[in-house]
Amino acid sequence: MRIPAELVSLVFRNPDATHRFSLGDWDRLVRQARQADLLARLYGRLQQDGVDAAIPAVARWHFEAATVLAETQKIEIRRELKLLRELLKGLDVPLVVLKGSAYVAADLTAASGRPIDDIDLLVPQERMDEVESALELADWHPVDLPEYDQRYYRRWRHDAPSLQHLRRATVINVHHAILPDTARFRLDAAWLRSRAAEVPGFPGVAVLSTEDRILHVATLLLHDDGLPHGLRTLSDLDLLLRQAATESDFWSQLLARAKKMELSRPLFYALRYALHFFGTPVPNEVRDHLASAAPSMATLKLMDGIYTRMLAPNHHSCMDALTPLARHAAYLRAHWLRRPPRLLVPHLLHKAFISPYQREPKPA
Amino acid sequence: MKLLQLPPKELRRQLAGQGIWLRTGPFSLMVQSRIPSVAESLAKLYGQFEVRSVHEAFADFHVSVNPPANLRRWLRPQVNFSFDGVKPFKPLSLEQAYPMLEQGLSWCVSTHAHQYLMVHAAGVENNGRAAILVAPPGFGKSTLVAGLVLSGWRLLSDELTLIDRKTGWIHPLPRPVRLKNESIALIRSYSPDAFLNRTSRDTAKGTVAYLRPPKESVRRQHEPAQPGWIIFPKWVADGESQLLPRSKQQSFQFLTQHAFNYSHLGAEAFRVCTDLIQQADCYDFQYSRLDQAVAVFDYLAASAVTSKAGN
Repeated sequence: MRIPAELVSLVFRNPDATHRFSLGDWDRLVRQARQADLLARLYGRLQQDGVDAAIPAVARWHFEAATVLAETQKIEIRRELKLLRELLKGLDVPLVVLKGSAYVAADLTAASGRPIDDIDLLVPQERMDEVESALELADWHPVDLPEYDQRYYRRWRHDAPSLQHLRRATVINVHHAILPDTARFRLDAAWLRSRAAEVPGFPGVAVLSTEDRILHVATLLLHDDGLPHGLRTLSDLDLLLRQAATESDFWSQLLARAKKMELSRPLFYALRYALHFFGTPVPNEVRDHLASAAPSMATLKLMDGIYTRMLAPNHHSCMDALTPLARHAAYLRAHWLRRPPRLLVPHLLHKAFISPYQREPKPA
Repeated sequence: MKLLQLPPKELRRQLAGQGIWLRTGPFSLMVQSRIPSVAESLAKLYGQFEVRSVHEAFADFHVSVNPPANLRRWLRPQVNFSFDGVKPFKPLSLEQAYPMLEQGLSWCVSTHAHQYLMVHAAGVENNGRAAILVAPPGFGKSTLVAGLVLSGWRLLSDELTLIDRKTGWIHPLPRPVRLKNESIALIRSYSPDAFLNRTSRDTAKGTVAYLRPPKESVRRQHEPAQPGWIIFPKWVADGESQLLPRSKQQSFQFLTQHAFNYSHLGAEAFRVCTDLIQQADCYDFQYSRLDQAVAVFDYLAASAVTSKAGN
């Protein structure tokens, strides 16, 4: 059997494939999984299927070390959430957490092997200032951003610049919406908050409803411009769907919610690529139902060409000649969906010609 | 096969092509560079280290140092460090290519190798007991390490002490010792036979050169060592060498502050550090002359042997 260039999702779909791996395949797997930030989750998958003994001795520490890191991060996130709960008590703002921090709070399978470097909060827009001030008083300070980015955040973005704790270095992103106000698709934050519910095992901390959480990830997948960890986000979606599908009536509720929020198209794409990479089980009725939300065949072909490349690990061993073009296209599309042209054009010009000369990565 | 057995031309060719596979302590590296000065320094500093064919299938860290592909190469040539496509640092001037590779390798280890408790400290060993030297930059730690390993002590590590989380023993990573500014001339006069690579000017830290690790230390690079002492060295301009016991509680705090991954390992880091502090003698050490300093360390090693024999 010819082993395809992209090994990470192959191993998730079929852990037994590793029995036939050469040492060179393991080398590529470790490198691709590291780039995709999926080393720890992959290790969990191999252990779960009882094939972790196939990992060669020289490669094993890479998986173990990543797992140690992911596990400690989870403990840290729980501790931070408890601190935040106390901090926001006085403000009477419900503590709604999103993404990785929510998976940890709700103890979902999507938290497994998931490195979580920051906490995402959803706060009503009118309470943003109060929450930010409370956080600053407790030593969370805005990370340094160039002036243009600061202005852009304040005027157009759906979140405040990230806040980092002075001593513990944890990062908090405070959002008042899921997507920018300027975006084509809208995920109404008030709707999301109205269905958010307290986590049974974690009083004082709330997460989105199951369907909303999935629609959130599906939308992010196609809207997040940077998306350095596209495959990880898709893997989150895969785990969320598998867990949710055990609840009766889940799929019909998901479809109804997607329709109401006008997110059937993003859901169509997200399920398509989850199936492509992770073999996520999606019932036929659901696929038939979403077929009406599909784009034209020509568009779909183009989108497949872009997203199967863009969602693969950002490692040279799984790139082909079209990958750079596909990544540019995905970047432009994400921006196109987030902003009308009158904002988009000046923004991209600034990012292309001014920002590179102002910002540089940290010195050696 | 050792790196020194590779003819210089062949080394340059492989390094500029797919790269060379090199083993340093517990880690395997695939290093790639088109820069001739990097090939030269690697050949001279890593001569005793094991290399394998480029077809060796697995490497822990795939790294490269190369000039960026832009127009600046004609104006002020620069160099980039890349870890498998990721560039964690901003480019430096071409002259700093070799120091950048060394620092990049340390970065790779310190941000990934959580199977160890990693301390920003040097390690040297004598008669089966290891001394961990912890100090902020500028305290003369590397100079002391260079002096000791040129006087028969085994080099465990210059800046990254790897502590086994199960056994508490130190795993060697005997890469070249980085010397700065006046230390370069000092070590040259202390040991005229010692090999140092060509000096690089570094805007942030003055000048830098690397000392070749002793052959014996490289030969024994897979042999862990038991910690015996934790020493906090400090160089002073004038004065006698002074070795004074230091409180274990203070030493513990200092040690945890200098551990790269203390917070990542959670409760286990606390346990490893506690065990380490309990089994090691802790000292403050002040010195101004290297030969005196080495004599004090030799005395320390000898008295440990006598006390062991006495028991």
